[in-house]
This record gives sequence, structure tokens and C-alpha cells, in this order.
Amino acid sequence: MDTDLPEAAPNDILLSLPEIHCQICIRNAEQALLARDDVAAARVNLTLKRAYVTPVGNVDENALIETLADAGVLARPLDPTVLRGTETARAGQALLMRLAVAGFAAMNVMLLSVAVWSGATDATRDMFHWISAAIALPAVTFAGQPFFLGAWRALSARRLSMDVPIALAIILALATSLWETALSGHHAYFDAALTLCFFLLAGRYLEFRTRAAARSAAEELTALEVPRATRIIGGVPVEGPVAELSVSDLVLVRAGGRVPVDGIVSEGHAEIDRSFLTGETIPVAAGPGAEIAAGAVVISGPLTIRATAVGRETSLHRLADLVAVAEAGRANYTPLADRAAALYAPGVHILAALAFVGWLLWSGDVRVALNIAAAVLIITCPCALGLAVPAVTTAASGALFRKGVLIKNANALERLAMVDTVVFDKTGTLTEGAPEVVNWDTLGSQVQSVALALADASTHPLSKAIARKSGNRADLTDLREVPGFGTEGRWQGRTVRIGRTGWAGPQDDAGGLMTWLDAGDGAPVAITFTDRLRAGAVEAIDALKAAGMRVEILSGDRTAAVDEVAHAAGIDIARANCLPEDKVDHITQLRNEGRTILMVGDGLNDTGALAAADVSLSPASALDAARVASDMVLLGQSLEVLPQAVLCARASRRRISENFKIATIYNIIAVPLAVIGLATPLIAALAMSSSSITVSLNALRGTRG
Amino acid sequence: MNVLAYLIPVSLILGGLGLVGFIYALRSRQYEDPEGDARRILDERWDDAPKP
Repeated sequence: MDTDLPEAAPNDILLSLPEIHCQICIRNAEQALLARDDVAAARVNLTLKRAYVTPVGNVDENALIETLADAGVLARPLDPTVLRGTETARAGQALLMRLAVAGFAAMNVMLLSVAVWSGATDATRDMFHWISAAIALPAVTFAGQPFFLGAWRALSARRLSMDVPIALAIILALATSLWETALSGHHAYFDAALTLCFFLLAGRYLEFRTRAAARSAAEELTALEVPRATRIIGGVPVEGPVAELSVSDLVLVRAGGRVPVDGIVSEGHAEIDRSFLTGETIPVAAGPGAEIAAGAVVISGPLTIRATAVGRETSLHRLADLVAVAEAGRANYTPLADRAAALYAPGVHILAALAFVGWLLWSGDVRVALNIAAAVLIITCPCALGLAVPAVTTAASGALFRKGVLIKNANALERLAMVDTVVFDKTGTLTEGAPEVVNWDTLGSQVQSVALALADASTHPLSKAIARKSGNRADLTDLREVPGFGTEGRWQGRTVRIGRTGWAGPQDDAGGLMTWLDAGDGAPVAITFTDRLRAGAVEAIDALKAAGMRVEILSGDRTAAVDEVAHAAGIDIARANCLPEDKVDHITQLRNEGRTILMVGDGLNDTGALAAADVSLSPASALDAARVASDMVLLGQSLEVLPQAVLCARASRRRISENFKIATIYNIIAVPLAVIGLATPLIAALAMSSSSITVSLNALRGTRG
Repeated sequence: MNVLAYLIPVSLILGGLGLVGFIYALRSRQYEDPEGDARRILDERWDDAPKP
């Protein structure tokens, strides 16, 4: 028996492997990971579709993902908000342990109770009751702790929660049963107290499994701020913490670095990737005088920037504030279960108290009155209610996980069911986010080889797209990257260039995603690119429209690029040139019109909109902050599961309300019986078990729509 | 009815054995990856010699 499996250590790297499904996949992934020198241990969990990697020293997550990609296994960084670490695993284990103890005790006590109900009398009955008490008391003390603690916490904060009636019912049932047993009475509720514990713990456990630790996307954004910057003092670069910077300082940013301040370029030419703020696919050129925002990445460099805003004033920090505000607004949603509990908990107490007082006045017997009150509490105890939501959510999120959608927030399904408007970001969400060469085959083989050789020398996304093509590389000399313009080299005695319009090509062009190649013969050729639609995008949008939803694009990219994608995807409503603030405003405005919005996005510029929408989804390739802000993560590549997820959510919302109805009907029938004193322990046991089981079966009935 | 003196303890002990077995399985984390464990047995790598 393998009892010494390595436990997930705190510094383990967790990767999501959404597409693994068999032992061959497990083996490929583990072998590929273990073949690396910097991996001490790697274990794949097929049930959760995850890999736990124990690194030696510092290992880059992306390097591991590339290793797995080479082995043919799709890997993603695991969402940081998904339950992780050992302590949460232990909490789940502890709940399961309590569930097992409650189940064991409930079954044994039930066996003894069956004997009592079928006619055991006198000494035999008393003995059975005493044995039941001996089992029930320690079992409840152990298994019921979550409820007792929860009730205590609620009461000391002077509130009522679902735990209060539960704890009261369990304690009162045990107390009256002990009293009855001591007086050799007929009715004892030991079995009821235990079955209560059992069903409620089952609900708790399911709820626990679908709950993820809450983290703030705004904090993730703040983490993107650069801690150190290079300041130029008297012409000499000095490195220091960002906090020491002040407005009008000169800051040097080298190639690949992130800009720490808002500012104006004072020296140098560079390509700037500001997709995080604007959603633009292609980097823009920046020269002296150009405005530049904090958080942008300098692709080629270096740049000297004169700071106009530092610290809390930078656009990155303002974006984080925007997200924080949006996140606070989201908290308004009250889950169905909480709404039910708010109605339920006070009602139960009032009913039980009334029954107690009524019977006390009518019969004058405390013992009888207490018995009736206990029976009312047991009957009304929200067993079925406690299972109504988590059983459905577990079944539905399990079904969605198998399709490739990870639900991070348990009540996201409830909100998803009400969606009537779907807003997509363009770059990286509707499209793959990686450009592809369109007219490659029309270029001559000589031109191709020159293009490849030039592209290899650059890290510009368009160059990378060219470099992915296979073919011979021409033999170039004097290769150099000209920041902000392109790449240059010498080939057969001629200067060859690849780069932007006006440098390698004619002075103006038709616009769009393209670059120019000058092979030195005076006739530059254009290489055009397209950002391919994500797989399943068209199908998903058709299905969403067919389901009667309004579909929109909200992008920070240029109008031409957005319109092209909107047309290809079949979306009529498209907005381009949106800043992050515009996105949030638009979402808020739609919400004010009474719409319920699903936002699908992947970039930092979407983070605010993701947090502001009623429910949000991001692809697994999205940035950390965007994934944190989202309720759901798309694990696979295809968008096609999106409409299925909506249908599944609608079905599960229907199931939840059905479950509430079942629980209510059962209460309407059983409560009067309890109040007039006809609820024997047998009736309580039957009613409780049958309602809980009906609710669970209804939840499992399938949420396929 | 004297038979109860044996049967009740016997039933409790049997049930208790089941509980202990479950807790043991839980503690040795056999429920962490039921699907993966079911698949791993199909791997032929360690058929001839145990995993080192």
C-alpha cells in the first residue's frame, strides 16, 4: 500500500492538464517532467486533471509548460484561486472523516431503532435506547462540530444562520432523548440526530468541494507593478526602488522590461506592447515625444522616459483601483441558498417555540412540550434544504469540468443561468491572439528565406509569426534590430530590411496587420497577417444568438481590426478603441438597463469589465489578474462549450428551484404532524431520509438541459 | 433474546471495522485520484520489475 505518497508541498508548482484522459497521457506527462534536471518529483492526478511538480530551486512555470507541449500534452498554469495547498485538502479530509463517522453511527443506531419501532418493549427497548445513546453522544460530539462552531460564531455575532437551528435541533433531540431514556419513555430521537448530521455533512462536503478561496484581482494587478527601476542621474544609470522615483525623473527601460511610470519618451526608439491596456494586437512604435503608460512592455529598446506620473498616479495603479471598485459591486449578489436561509432560520425557531409554549399551556407537562418542540425542530431541520443547492452545483460543475469549463465560484452557475447578454473581448478571446501569415505561398522562395532569416533575429510578434514557418534561412550578415522600425541585414551585398511601413516599404499602406520586406531589389513586398478566430467561436456565437442572447464585442483594438473579426464571427454589435474604463462603463451601463451580462475576456484591460459583469469567463491562456477576476475558466481551446455551459447553468437553476419546492412540500406535510404531536421518531426518520434522497436524486437527474 | 448480547457487539465491531478501513484509506490518500489509479494499472512499464 502506497501510504508515503509525497504530499503537495507549499512550493509545488500546480499545472492544469485539461486534455489528459488515459494512462498514456499520464506517462508522457510524468516522463517529460521527470526528464528535466530541475524537477525532483512529478505526479499527475487524472481525476483533477492536474500535475503536481516538486521543483529543485527556482523553476519557471512556462518552461514546464513548454516541456509538456513538446511531449504533446497541453498544459496551463493552474488558476491561483483554485483550492490549493495542504490545509484546504486537510479541511476536506476532516469533513469526509466526520461524514464517515456520522454515517457509521447513524446506520447502527437506525438498526437498533428499527427493532424498537417493530415492537421492542420494556427492558429491551431501554437497553436499545441506552446503546443508541452510547453511540450517538460521542459520534455527534465529533461529527457535529462544524455546526456547533458555526452556530456559536453566528450567535456571538448576534446573527442567525442556518447553523443555529441545526445545532439547536441536534442538541435538543439528544437532550430530550436522554431524558426520555432515563425515564424509560417510548420515543428517542438518537437516530434522527445522527441522520441529520449525516445528510447535512454530505451537503457541507459537496459545498466545500465547489468553493474556491477568494482572491482579489486588484491585488494581482498591483503585483504587476515593477519593484525596481533604473533612474538616470547626471547621465549615469542608477538602480533603485520604484518608490524613490518622482515626477520628471529620467527612467531607463531596457528591452523586455516593463515601464514603471507614466511618461514621455525623451530618447530612443522602441516597439511598445501595450496590449494589456488597450488590447491592441500589434506593438506600436514609440519615439521621442511619445506618451507611454506604466505597465507597457518595451519589446526592443532601450528607452529613456521622463516620468509624468509615478506610484499611485500611474495608469496601472488607476486600473487596479477601477478593478477594486468593480469587485466591490459584484458582492451584491445573494446566492439562492442564503436567501432561503434568511427566510427559513427565524421561521423554524418561531414555530418550535410556539409549539413548545402551546403544548406547555395545554398539557402543562414540560416533558411533553419539550418532546414536541424537539420533533418540530428535527422535522423542519433543513436537511433537504442543505442538500438542495450543493448537490445540484456539484453535479453541474462536474459535468462542465468534463467539458472543459472550470467553475471557480459556486454561485457563478446561478448567475450564469440568468445571462441575456454576452460580451466578448477580441484579442486572445474571440481570436487566438497569435497572428498568422496569410500570403506566405505567394512570396518567392528567395523572399521567404530572407524573411525567415530576418524574422529569426527579432522578438516582435509578427516576426515570431514568420519565424514559425519552416524553410531555409538565407545567409545574412550584419544582422541588427532597429528598435521601433524593424530588422536589417546584408545579403549578397545588398541591404535587406523587414519592418514597418515607411522604413522597409512605401510611405503609406492600406493599413491592417502587415509588415514589409525589402529584399534589396527596390521592390518591397507586403507580408499580411491575420489573427485567426478561436476554434468554435462561430458555432458558439450562433448557438448563443439562437438562445436569444445579445452578443457584443468590446475591444481596445482599432476599428478596422474589430470590424473584421465581428464580421467573421457574425457579431453585429462591435465597439472598438475602448479603454479599460470604457469597458467597465459600458458593462455598468448595460447592467443599469436591466441586462445580466456574461463577460468573456483575457487581458489586463478586461479585468475591470470581468469584475463588473454579473458573471465572467476567461480562457486558461489569460493573464493571472484576468483569471482571478473571472468566475469560470475555459480550460480547453474551443469556445464551443460556452453555450453548453449556459444551458447547463439554466438547467441547474431549474433543478435548484425544484429542490426547494420538494423541500417545502415535505415541510408542509410533516410540520403539522409534528406540531400536533403525531411525529413519532419513525415518521421523522422516514420523512427526513425520503426528502433528502429525493432532492439528491433530482440533482443527479442530469443537468444537460 | 440472549443472542443479542453477542449480535449487537458483533454488528458494532463489523461496522467499526468498515469505518476504520475507510479512515485508513482516506488517510493514505487513496481517494485523491481514483481515476488515475484505475488507469495506472494499465501501464506496462513496471510489469516485470517493481518500480524502483
